[in-house]
Amino acid sequence: MSATGIGAAVRRKEDIRFITGKGQYTDDVVRPGEARAVFVRSPHARARIKGIDASEARKMPGVIGVLTGAELASDKIGNLICGWMIHSKDGSPMKMAPHPALAAATVNHVGDAVAVVIAETQAQGRDAAEKVKVDYEVLPAVTDPAKAKSGPQIHELAPKNTIYEWSLGDAKATEAAFASAQHVTKLDIVNNRLAPNAIEPRAALAEYDAGTDHLTLWNTSQNPHVARLVISAFIGIAPEHKLRVIAPDVGGGFGSKIFIYPEEVVCLWAARKVQRPVKWVAERTESFVTDAHGRDHVTHAEIALDLNGKILGLRARTVANLGAYMSTFSSSVPTYLYATLLSGQYDIPHIYCEVDAVYTNTVPVDAYRGAGRPEATFVVERLVEVAAREMGLDPADLRKRNFIKSFPHQTPVIMAYDAGDYNASLKKAMEIADVKSFGKRKRESARHGKLRGIGYSTYIEACGIAPSQAVGSLGAGVGLWESAEVRVNPTGTVEVLTGSHAHGQGHETTFAQLVSERLGIPFDNVSIVHGDTDKVQFGMGTYGSRSGAVGMSAIVKALDKVEAKAKKVAAHMLEAAEGDIEFKDGKFTVAGTDKSAAFGDVALNAYIAHKFSGQELEPGLKETSFYDPTNFTFPAGCHICEVEVDRDTGKAEIVNWTAVDDFGTVINPMIVEGQVHGGIAQGVGQALLEGVVYDKDGQLVSGSFMDYTMPRAHDLPSFNVETTMTRSPSNPLGIKGCGEAGAIAAPAAVINAITDAIGSEQVPMPATANAVWSALQKATPRQAA
Amino acid sequence: MPTVSMTVNGKPVSGEVEARTLLVQFLRENLRLTGTHVGCDTSQCGACVVHVDGIAAKSCTTLALQCEGAKITTIEGLAEPGGKLHPMQEAFREHHGLQCGYCTPGMIMAALDIVRRNGNDLDEHTIREQLDGNLCRCTGYHNIVKAIAAGAKAMA
Repeated sequence: MSATGIGAAVRRKEDIRFITGKGQYTDDVVRPGEARAVFVRSPHARARIKGIDASEARKMPGVIGVLTGAELASDKIGNLICGWMIHSKDGSPMKMAPHPALAAATVNHVGDAVAVVIAETQAQGRDAAEKVKVDYEVLPAVTDPAKAKSGPQIHELAPKNTIYEWSLGDAKATEAAFASAQHVTKLDIVNNRLAPNAIEPRAALAEYDAGTDHLTLWNTSQNPHVARLVISAFIGIAPEHKLRVIAPDVGGGFGSKIFIYPEEVVCLWAARKVQRPVKWVAERTESFVTDAHGRDHVTHAEIALDLNGKILGLRARTVANLGAYMSTFSSSVPTYLYATLLSGQYDIPHIYCEVDAVYTNTVPVDAYRGAGRPEATFVVERLVEVAAREMGLDPADLRKRNFIKSFPHQTPVIMAYDAGDYNASLKKAMEIADVKSFGKRKRESARHGKLRGIGYSTYIEACGIAPSQAVGSLGAGVGLWESAEVRVNPTGTVEVLTGSHAHGQGHETTFAQLVSERLGIPFDNVSIVHGDTDKVQFGMGTYGSRSGAVGMSAIVKALDKVEAKAKKVAAHMLEAAEGDIEFKDGKFTVAGTDKSAAFGDVALNAYIAHKFSGQELEPGLKETSFYDPTNFTFPAGCHICEVEVDRDTGKAEIVNWTAVDDFGTVINPMIVEGQVHGGIAQGVGQALLEGVVYDKDGQLVSGSFMDYTMPRAHDLPSFNVETTMTRSPSNPLGIKGCGEAGAIAAPAAVINAITDAIGSEQVPMPATANAVWSALQKATPRQAA
Repeated sequence: MPTVSMTVNGKPVSGEVEARTLLVQFLRENLRLTGTHVGCDTSQCGACVVHVDGIAAKSCTTLALQCEGAKITTIEGLAEPGGKLHPMQEAFREHHGLQCGYCTPGMIMAALDIVRRNGNDLDEHTIREQLDGNLCRCTGYHNIVKAIAAGAKAMA
């Protein structure tokens, strides 16, 4: 392994600009003559718009214009769409309600935009926005998914606020498995609604060039090409070849920046209308009322076992809250990203799941780090843990008894797991967590008046969602391949243009590690280019832990082609047969001789083209690849959480965290560990601290960082993070993906630990001190073994 | 509009501002020092931390006019003019104390203030408690804590 090659903990290239304040985020980009957009938003959860009077606002200082939903409609700007078709059990298509970028007739959640003020400065825009008078007829609202079906109907086309009633698996066979079971464990689970809260608020800057009739959009996007495609093909702002989307440095995404949002559409539309560049930057409260939220499931789940603890079947019934409108990929999250993972790491012969997706008067819900897989893991890992406790079995033993041990393994819920060693990660995690001495630690805690608990989460996820044909058959509106272009310059330096997009993942470093190792050239001679539709031809962006498994695989394929072409050039240079040329460590050699040419010389010769005829071989050295994997990847592992609960206050403190994950090949262990840390923090946030709260009228109670509890440094411990390794057979590098694992694994580990400590299963998320204390009042804490 | 004058990263600067103009707006918009970020508008996230007369302050809730005559240091003012990084900047890179980079300038400026208050030998508990005013959504703080401890030592 070289110091900068695959497997090395190379320090990141991108850090220099970030630690010196030289990053270029969307709000840092300034265009000449830039105006600011300030949105007028609904203060009501549901209301009819009777009229909008902007006459006073238009006269305010600095105001360039006030635009409303009626004008958007008359300009025939299309609605935002959801790009994944789900069909109900009865075969009917999902009920996708119209979602205009500015509401014209009704508003359906607090924060729904009804008008926009374009002004010289943001302050002037805010002053004027306060003067826009909107006459609302307030209507009754519903926010609780469990009550959505009996609540007031939000959209005309969706009776009972039902988007779809979907199912997966064999109901009858599962029913029979339950009938034959010796033990059934039942749980009611609420998977709490979360606000993603990337620290960089969303932003958009749109500029119209009247001379060329081109629009440019800088925005905080995880997938600029998909944004351009949707904004062109469905919303109809501009044809695709006349719209450039640039996602420069992006300050965290976690899913929330995948989606196409009203604000970027409005900025583009307004820029052309007022003939000025138009910028919008969200304030944090706007983020809370517009960024797609995550999770929000209400589930009843059951698991059936025989006397020996062998799992016979699992069934779940879930109501998924999708909010007021269907966001870009919302429909796929509680279906194909959720129910397909209900087999966990276990050999479960029969699984059946029903999911009802509903509208409510809340912010739209879509993918948030893990997206469906944290919800599935929580169901499976809580069921298994509680079943073990009820049956008097050791939770680790019950897991081992049911682990899938041979691969490939076809689950009853679509997925074909291709590689893994679940016992290896459990065993290693138990050693690192020193599970053997837990009883001693529990007694020690008891001496200090604390209750100690331990909780496992042996999770699985499906990442690198592909191949395109498979996801298409499940309803995806797009393919989920990735593209790469490797441009070798005449001096032998290399640019890689990738369709992946980094917003914290460090692609400029890890992708360069791959190229440097493969071509045998210095790490510093490689640049990674991403996030600009004028530079990169097409790409699907970054989400679902896909950039390593899919994005880097595309680079590998392009590098294969570069090597093949370079060998032809080298053969001419070295006057040898192409088949005799070997390439190793940056050198082309004629096999069995000492005749060789360095990579840089071959690159130069490819461009000067003096050693071969252009009819025989095309000059230049640049290759492109579109890579479609053969399967999903299946990262898996074991997280063990140990907590101490204060008997008197109910406060749960995490005192030890062990993560052992199998991500397949690791390119940069430093970056992988960092991804795991961040994921765990978000999972612990969900379990202990975070929760979006609406009151009965649909007002968002948790609308700022003063109300919504973000994990802070003192809420978290340091983490013990290790890996095990089985290669993924579905891509050339054997990568499985690491971006979401922590967020998927963590909530179940935390709740399993707290419930172990206090001896009650009735602990909701977030398990605040109040919630745990309340549960403690009805519980009998378990004694140390 | 009133004029405000201050020293930013060692350079005297002045500009016309509204009474309501925030220090962070003056830095970002008037001076184009965009390394200081806004993440929450309510003094909660700390992405906007700069030093005012050597003490950490949240520039999103400081008026520009309050800083008349003050010495301001932003993230852009930490490295030496030749480009040599400050030991705390080096430590963040060495220990992978950043991912998306958005909270990073505020984290580094807050870290320096933790060192000012507590010295160069910082334990994990102190760092975690004193980072209360800074949010990071990417790192889970693990590597930020390591970076601050190492950076503090390197500054001794």
